[in-house]
Amino acid sequence: MPSAIVSEYFRTNKLPQIWCPGCGHGIITRAITVAIDKLGLDRDKICIVSGIGCSSRAPGYMDFDTLHTTHGRALAFATGIKMANPDLKVIVITGDGDATAIGGNHLIHACRRNIDITAIIYNNNIYGMTGGQYSPTTPKFDKGTTAPYGNVDKAFDIPALAAAAGATYVGRSTAYHTQLLISLIENGIKNEGFSLIEAISVCPTYYGRKNKKGSAVEMLEWQKNHAVNIAAASKMAPESLDGKFLIGEFKNSPEPEYTKEYQKIIDMFKKE
Amino acid sequence: MNNNETVTEKLAVNENWCKGCGICVKFCPKNVLIVENEKVKIVDIEKCIQCGLCELRCPDYAIYVRGK
Ligand SMILES: Cc1ncc(C[n+]2csc(CCOP(=O)(O)OP(=O)(O)O)c2C)c(N)n1
Ligand code: SF4
Ligand code: SF4
Ligand code: SF4
Repeated sequence: MPSAIVSEYFRTNKLPQIWCPGCGHGIITRAITVAIDKLGLDRDKICIVSGIGCSSRAPGYMDFDTLHTTHGRALAFATGIKMANPDLKVIVITGDGDATAIGGNHLIHACRRNIDITAIIYNNNIYGMTGGQYSPTTPKFDKGTTAPYGNVDKAFDIPALAAAAGATYVGRSTAYHTQLLISLIENGIKNEGFSLIEAISVCPTYYGRKNKKGSAVEMLEWQKNHAVNIAAASKMAPESLDGKFLIGEFKNSPEPEYTKEYQKIIDMFKKE
Repeated sequence: MNNNETVTEKLAVNENWCKGCGICVKFCPKNVLIVENEKVKIVDIEKCIQCGLCELRCPDYAIYVRGK
């Protein structure tokens, strides 16, 4: 018999997942269910939406009302669901390719509208499902099948992008920093507006192998040794942050929510 | 569903779901676990403090703390 969380929130007859051994996506997916459980939400008021990719397969294993859509369009479908039924808590699961390459335009406009959706980007720095092509978050000079000599593009900083575009809750954690990830997801869901959580995953099969990052265990150790919480970073000497990356809550500044604002327009005409 | 389960008072392991990635082994603070023949194995259950770190990071939900 599986654990209480897994029995409660997973389609256990579909497990184990199709993901490779050590794939970080499984850690993040469980973290989402723990966050939902902690919030004590009515599961019939939750809809989980994904696009296409290894990451986007997650909702297939989750025992909620779920929707597996087309590549890059999870946020577009989620926007439709939220507009039609604003009472739902809509959660989007998407990959770095799904959300920031083909779906990049949907992402910035969802941020700008501040629609009440929580998007969790499983960032493994590569296109996993299609065999290791570089993505908009592949670090400069790292390799992919489409960048055999190193990628010359600069990577997106997803939280900075989302915050600049107007998301009202923004955070980043890693598969290793699972407890922090759970609390960011909880806070993101609580925020009435667009919340973006970057969950740094590990893809030992493609990103790891192409870039000689070692096993899943070694990739998680790298996360452990290179992540610095933004709360601690402000007290550290700048040199000690060299080669490190920030995790934690980057933005939490509520603003009027899109479906509520839209309803006000509808109400304006109802009165007449 | 399956009979490849090891259930102790403190921990449960589902060998059918385990993919032998070694994540639980590496980050267990008490060296309770090993991977043998590509499956996790409990080797020193006495030392387990039920911290739940194995459960937290197992990508395949193949190990968890019991009675918590
Ligand atoms: C319109 C369209 N273009 C391309 C593809 C092929 N495709 C499937 S998944 C994917 C990339 C997935 O990468 P990411 O979103 O980072 O997810 P990961 O698999 O790494 O978790 C691509 C390009 C597709 N399915 N549909
Ligand atoms: S290819 Fe990478 S992202 Fe996809 S399941 Fe395997 S490890 Fe995970
Ligand atoms: S609960 Fe903690 S001590 Fe026990 S096996 Fe898991 S990680 Fe080790
Ligand atoms: S983390 Fe999970 S899948 Fe990996 S070896 Fe441990 S029990 Fe098996």
